[in-house]
Amino acid sequence: MTRQRVPYLSRNDGQTAFLMGDEASALGALYAGCDFFGGYPITPASEVAEVMARELPRTGGYYVQFEDELASISAVVGAAWAGARSMTATSGPGFSLMQETVGYAAMTETPCVIVDVQRSGPSTGQATKPAQGDVMQARWGTHGDHEIIAISPWSVQESFDLMIEAFRLAEAYRTPVIFLSDGAVGHFREPLVFPRAGDASLVAPRPRASEGQPVFGGQPVPPMAQIGDRRNVHITGSTHRPSGIRDVNSKPVHEELVLRLVDKIAGAREQLTRLDVRHMDGARSGGASPECGAERATRDPARVVVVSFGVTARPALGAVEAARRAGHPVGFIRLVGIWPFPGPRLRQLLADVDCVLVPEMSLGQINRELERFVQCPVHALPKIGGVAHTVDEILGPLMARLQGRR
Amino acid sequence: MNEHTTRTNPLRRYVRPGMLPTIFCAGCGGGTVLNCFCRAVDELGLDPQLMAMVTGIGCSSWIPSPYFLADTLHTTHGRAIAFATGVRVMSPPQRKVVVIAGDGDASGIGGNHLIHAARRNVDLTVFMVNNSIYGMTGGQVAPTTPPDVTTSTTPYGNIEPPFDVSSLVAAAGATYVARWTTYHVFDLVKAMKAALTHVGFSFVEIVSQCTTSYGKAVGKRTAAEFLADYKERSVRLSAAQKMSAEELEGRLVVGTLKHVPDAPEFCSRLQAMTDRVSGEGER
Repeated sequence: MTRQRVPYLSRNDGQTAFLMGDEASALGALYAGCDFFGGYPITPASEVAEVMARELPRTGGYYVQFEDELASISAVVGAAWAGARSMTATSGPGFSLMQETVGYAAMTETPCVIVDVQRSGPSTGQATKPAQGDVMQARWGTHGDHEIIAISPWSVQESFDLMIEAFRLAEAYRTPVIFLSDGAVGHFREPLVFPRAGDASLVAPRPRASEGQPVFGGQPVPPMAQIGDRRNVHITGSTHRPSGIRDVNSKPVHEELVLRLVDKIAGAREQLTRLDVRHMDGARSGGASPECGAERATRDPARVVVVSFGVTARPALGAVEAARRAGHPVGFIRLVGIWPFPGPRLRQLLADVDCVLVPEMSLGQINRELERFVQCPVHALPKIGGVAHTVDEILGPLMARLQGRR
Repeated sequence: MNEHTTRTNPLRRYVRPGMLPTIFCAGCGGGTVLNCFCRAVDELGLDPQLMAMVTGIGCSSWIPSPYFLADTLHTTHGRAIAFATGVRVMSPPQRKVVVIAGDGDASGIGGNHLIHAARRNVDLTVFMVNNSIYGMTGGQVAPTTPPDVTTSTTPYGNIEPPFDVSSLVAAAGATYVARWTTYHVFDLVKAMKAALTHVGFSFVEIVSQCTTSYGKAVGKRTAAEFLADYKERSVRLSAAQKMSAEELEGRLVVGTLKHVPDAPEFCSRLQAMTDRVSGEGER
């Protein structure tokens, strides 16, 4: 952590800025202590790199633009082992290129943050337009058994706040964290209120292994070592023993390692569940907006629920609140944590509802995961083509489901 | 069985305990490279605990990982130089960051990182062990395989010309480039020492025998046959400069191919920029 960081950032204390989501995520990373960024340009994520190229040197950190995304993610992992809080930012095509090293980072338990500002695919698709088609790529893009943490912002403020959380989770679980933004959230502008730069809670601790303590086992999340610790740390993407030494022919060694890597995240599913739940139990459940005070507004528990995330959650909330103002018992759930999937909690929340509507800027990825956990019908509401749903595009199908729910 | 008087090689202290014997095939050049590397480190008086070894995938990546006793980052295929750049940027300047890679790893799948790291003149030491083949996977054609050689994926002979990787890296901007073979062990140790002390991107191509996979392709089964061939075919740069292209056909030009001692190095420039702008200016 560099000395110049806090004095430089503290000039923002108490300030409000009007920024893009991409810019806010970059600034959030600086507040979280990021001191290495491996960059490669790609729409709509380039602004993250541009802000880091400008701001990192001013805080004593290092921005390096690499020859491709393969190099940038590789350098991010290398930098982490030399002590950096490191990150990169990309979009779908670059994220695809990075996948092998995402797996390496998971296998070697390297804390780092990978921003994926999702755009319309497949392939070059509609390169400049937003989408939400990388949900499953974030989960399963790299090969083999593994778990991953992915979180998704829906606003500029949350792009900042969740980035700090992303760095905290990366350290707490010693894992790559996918920051699943989208081209809309990344590019629209909203006010951002800065926290106090010197607040120690913004920078997550990185516990270091003491002499003789294993770096790759012995507890669910072992403490990290660093190159230069004089302990001859051996870091490999091959199956390894708790000491780090490769042992690729032993079933028990492989099982012990991979099951621990999976369990440390899947086993923390409850702590990692982050949902924005509104209007589910009627009345004034969490986060009800002022418009809900209208005369005819229902106070009944939700019968039909819209589940969404990222930019799509914004028109989704608009549709839910419009329906409630018209007296209809509908609810709203926004996934903030995407992976590990908050299935058990969603099963509880959705136990008594008639059906769920899942608008997504893809042909449907979250809806399929949700189906595995809930009893009621899950109706996809896909939209592709590069423009987010309007409120009416969600309200219409929502009203149709309400009318047909018996 | 154990009555022989044994003396421990003094270089054994550079080898990770409990790891010998190596997994290298009989006659493999990997052991010679490890031996020369340990000797170079020893003769320079370097503290291995202040070094970082970075490797990719392939037989050559096993030379330091796990055998050399130092911090070791054994990475993905082709990306060692990119990982090493991240380590380099975050490390104090006195730390030696060393990559040992094969020809396929460095110049095939990782070729882009190789030339860009050379272009940046980032302070890495890269030893590319060139055995002219993908050995670990069983002997497939590599970007360094000579024409007409029959491999498992060129069953009718290799129709492609090979890379001259040293020339490529020199042209891309590396500031120290040398080529030796596993026959030239004393010259190799000297070159390794020069590369390790050079500040900037240093690259030593080590032409090395693969008795198993390449030996099968070219009809050489023992290390001795390969080393005799290297001795026969190699020509020092000073002599090569007086030879015609025809005379150099099939020869191995060995020696220090490029050395620019004081070229600006990437990390020192990065640090200078950071020092210049840190803490100053408004957002």
